[in-house]
Parts: sequence; structure tokens; C-alpha cells
Amino acid sequence: MTAVPAVRLTLGPVLFNWSAERLAAFYRDVAAAGVFDRVHVGEVVCGKRAPFTDAIWPEVIAGLEAAGIEVVLSTLALPSTPRERASVAATAGDDRLIEIDDVTALPARAGRPFVAGPLLNVYNEGAAAFLAARGAVTLCLPVELPLAAAGAIAAACPGVEVELFAFGRLPLALSGRCYHARLAGLAKDSCRFVCERDPDGLAVDTLEGRPFLAANGVQTLSHGVHAFLPTAAEAEAAGIRRLRLSPHTVDMAAVGRLYRAVLDGTTERAEALGALSAMALPGDLVDGYVRGARGCAPVAAA
Amino acid sequence: MSLELVCPAGTPAALRAAVEAGAHAVYCGFRDETNARNFPGLNFSPAELAEGIRFAHARGVRVLVAVNTFATAGAMEPWRRALAAAEDAGADAVILADLAVLDHAARHHPGLRLHLSVQAAAATPEAIGFYADAFGVKRVVLPRVLTVEEIAALNRAVTVETEVFVFGGLCPMAEGRCALSSYATGRSPNLSGVCSPPEHVVYEDDAGGRTARLGGFAIERTAPDEPAGYPTLCKGRFVAEGRTTHLFEDPVSLNAAGLVGRLAAAGVTALKIEGRQRGKGYVAEVVRTFRAVVDAVEAGRDPVAAERLLAGLVEGGRQTAGAYRKTWR
Repeated sequence: MTAVPAVRLTLGPVLFNWSAERLAAFYRDVAAAGVFDRVHVGEVVCGKRAPFTDAIWPEVIAGLEAAGIEVVLSTLALPSTPRERASVAATAGDDRLIEIDDVTALPARAGRPFVAGPLLNVYNEGAAAFLAARGAVTLCLPVELPLAAAGAIAAACPGVEVELFAFGRLPLALSGRCYHARLAGLAKDSCRFVCERDPDGLAVDTLEGRPFLAANGVQTLSHGVHAFLPTAAEAEAAGIRRLRLSPHTVDMAAVGRLYRAVLDGTTERAEALGALSAMALPGDLVDGYVRGARGCAPVAAA
Repeated sequence: MSLELVCPAGTPAALRAAVEAGAHAVYCGFRDETNARNFPGLNFSPAELAEGIRFAHARGVRVLVAVNTFATAGAMEPWRRALAAAEDAGADAVILADLAVLDHAARHHPGLRLHLSVQAAAATPEAIGFYADAFGVKRVVLPRVLTVEEIAALNRAVTVETEVFVFGGLCPMAEGRCALSSYATGRSPNLSGVCSPPEHVVYEDDAGGRTARLGGFAIERTAPDEPAGYPTLCKGRFVAEGRTTHLFEDPVSLNAAGLVGRLAAAGVTALKIEGRQRGKGYVAEVVRTFRAVVDAVEAGRDPVAAERLLAGLVEGGRQTAGAYRKTWR
């Protein structure tokens, strides 16, 4: 009998406008918790936020690496200004693994290893094979893909690790326009960084007061918190080798331990969902996408 | 001719109307999930496409075929078939977004001219250069999130042609990277070729007016005498911080007729009119008006009051120059 490789846990990049102090403290806890074997750092959503946190990354990365954690440098999802493009090119030159979330970073990476992030459109095995030939070692698939698609991609590209977005508000859209600024009556270029008020995103409800979406600067997320909690056998049957947990203000080490326990079969899924629901999450649990349903569908009972 | 007017053809009748109204090129797609306007009653069979291309070519008009959704994992055959059918029918170019479809076209259809769809959301010189180098893409349709100044800078930095939207629907999100519709309904532009699909739209009328729902979510409410556009998710009204606003985008249409001269000066090759879901009367009127604008700009004349001429055709009666003006952000 061959050894079954573990399904591993990745901590995705922080999508929200957290202060340098908050980020530094967050990653100190992550380094100490030992739950994640791979952690993404860097600003993905808004290049204007980067100057506030640029200075902390060397120490954050050193702390994570000293704890034996693989660090991935995530790149901007919608680079546009010359400064943002230069930042993407600089990251692409790093010796560490990087996450590519926009085609802009591909030429500069020139065949060296990278993670294809969920905002890069890899919808099928053809796109996966194309990127694998150019250095992709992990594919975190677009959030709207069902499990069946992940399985087809994994089967056709056995050399690439397939990762699924498994926890957090779903990143649904990006815009050239900043919705935090627009709501505050400000222009994007003079936004006063009002998105810092909402460390898990700003709730966007329907006309009838029903929770629906969340704004995070130029990004739109789901209001619901996606929760895909498979056992290791279920994940492997679908070709999935990694689960990505997306940071929120809730205790992420505790969230990671719950996912680990379900993967390892030491906690039942229903029990873990109950524990997750009891945490201070920004929205109700949803999991429609993995089941081929609409993304807002409430999490299915175990 | 330095500016090419690229016009929508959702049906064979709209194709003929666009050609006769003065289109330099028309774009259309097959009647399936391979194109991003996969709505009931629209689009072309392979035979209709071949006939439409014969009609257009006889009048000196080019035909571009959109195969611009993302192929389904484990089931790519419809996209491969669409490429072959477009080539067989004599298409002047195919408009593609998916890396897999681009890769297949570059390998197996070397004679086909490739355009990069707006659904690929290539907005930087690096991204555009990548698609040109990897697949030999000749033209890029630019995302509707760039200002005219940014488009000019981009054109100075790339070697391929660029095409920009000048009229019709306005998408405030980076196209091809928006899952709002599938979050609410399960169907999306990338997976199904539809945004805010009509089968998930429900209207409820009462004394106070009309509520439009998408996937059960109330996304717009209009008074009985208030003009209402199609309930596209990102143009709905939402509540945030206790205020009800059109948070993402007002229910307006894009009209950049007044910017055609500046777009030409910015080095743009082609101007695209959105609206494959529109009828032939609408298409003919918009195409005729924009052709007059393009001809006037090319001849150095004042492009008349095109924004006023088109005002009756825009959604909800309201129009905007969108992201082309920096204040939009």
C-alpha cells in the first residue's frame, strides 16, 4: 500500500487594507501556530495600499521562513500604473515562489516556478497545461469552478498541484473603480484609504436588507463566507492537493486547525461547520460553487 | 481608412442591417456556449455564418467571430469545433479569451487571424505583449476600465492593434474576471456566456412600482413612471453604510461618440459598438450615426452632435463616457 500524501493548507494573501501593525502581528501568530505549510504575503487588491506595508515584509517573511513555512509572494491582480507594473516585475524576479494573479507578471517570470492565483483564468486542462509548461507548480482555480472541473484539470495535468479556495469571502470581481471611495463621495485618486475601516470588507445588502456582497476598494467579494471542508480522501478523489484559506480578522490559526482536523478525519465535518459558525465571521457560510450550484447557496449539511 | 467601425451582429438580420448601415466590420458568434452572448434567440449556425460572411465580403465588410468564453474543463470540443467552423466559413478573424482556445488556434489554425477578446482583460503592455508573443495575436480589445490617456500610453508601448468600446453597455468590472452573476445565479459570462441571465430575472409590480430580482435578490426598484433598464447585477441599487445607491455603476450606457477624435489620436485602430442582443433597427441606427462620426473625424470635420443623436437609444435614457474620463473612478 502506498503512502497517501497529505492535502495541505495554504494561507492566502490578506485581501483587505490592514495596517502594517496588524499585518505584522497577524503573521507573527501565523508563524507561531504551525498550521499552514505555505503562506502568501503581499498586496493583491490595490497598489495604492502598498507603500504603507512595504517596509514590514522582509521581517514578516524572515519570521515565517524561520518557522519552516514556505512563503509565496503574491502579485497585484489589476496592475495599471508604471509603479504597479514595476512592482510586479520586481516580484517576478524574486527567487521565492510567486503568485501570479494577472497575465502582466507572466513574461517577467520567464519559465520559473509560480502559483497561478484564483484571479488568473484557468478554467480547463488546456489553460492549465499551457501554464504548467511555463512554470506553474500550483493552480488555485477560479472560485466559480465546480469540483468536477478541478478533477478534470488535475487528471490531465498530474505534474501540477491543484488548490481550491476553501475558506473566506469569495473574491468575485475587480474594477478600475474604487467602491469604498465612490460610496464616500471621493475619487479613487484621492481616496483617503477609507477601505481601512472595513478589515473584512464592507457589507453590501439588497434593497430589502438581505446580505449579498462586500466591497473592498476596487474588489467585490461575496457577503457569505465560503467553507469547503473535505476529508483528505474526498479532496484527493477530486484531484485537490491544497486548500486555500483566505485571511479574515477571525482567529485564522483556529480556522486552520478545524480544516486540518476534518482533513485528518479527527473531527466530523458537521461539527467543524458548527464551530466555524460560532466564530465571529463576517457572513453566513456558503459553499455552492464546489457543488456546481450558485456561489451564494448556503453550506450544505454534512 | 485608419479607424475601423466594428459593429454587433447578434442575428443574420442584424448582420445585414449593420453592413448596409456602413459597418467596416461586424462581429458575431455561434449559437452555443462558445461565445459571450449566449442568449436565447441570438447568434449563428455555421451555415448562417458562412452565408453572412458571403454577404459582408461582397460589400467589402469584414466579419470577426467571437469564440470568447472559457472552455469547459474536460469538454473542450465545442470550442475546437467553433474555431474550425469560423475558419471554414471564411472569418477574417476570431476573437478569443481563453489560454487554451488561443493555444489551440495558434497551433491548429495558423491561417486564422487572432484578436484578443475584452474577456481576457489584457490592460498592460506586458500582458498584451505576452499574448502577441505566445499566440501571434494581432489585435487586443481593451478593457473598459482605462482612460483615454492610459490608452494612448498603452498604444505607444505595444506593437499590436487596439480596439475600444465606444457605445452600448458599460461593464464597470474587469471583464472576464467577474463572478458576480454566478454567485447570484450559478451562470456567468466566463462559464456560460451570460451575465445576469434572463431566466433568473423576476419582476414584481405593486402600487409603489416595480421590483427587479436576480436570483431572488432584489437589485432594483423603480417608480411606475421611472425608466428602467435591464436588471444587470452591477447596475442595481444596493444598501451600504445605511445608504441606498447604485454602488457599482449607474444604470447608464456608454457613449464615447464625443471622444472618437481623441481615441483616434490615441492610436486606436478600431471602435467597437456593443449590442449583439439588440434588434436590427437599433443596430442600423447606431451604426449609421457612428459611421457619420467616424467619417467626420477622418475628414477633419466636426463630428456633429452625435451624443445627442444617440440619446434616444441608450439604456434608461442616460449615457456616460465611462472610464475614458478619469473622473469616472
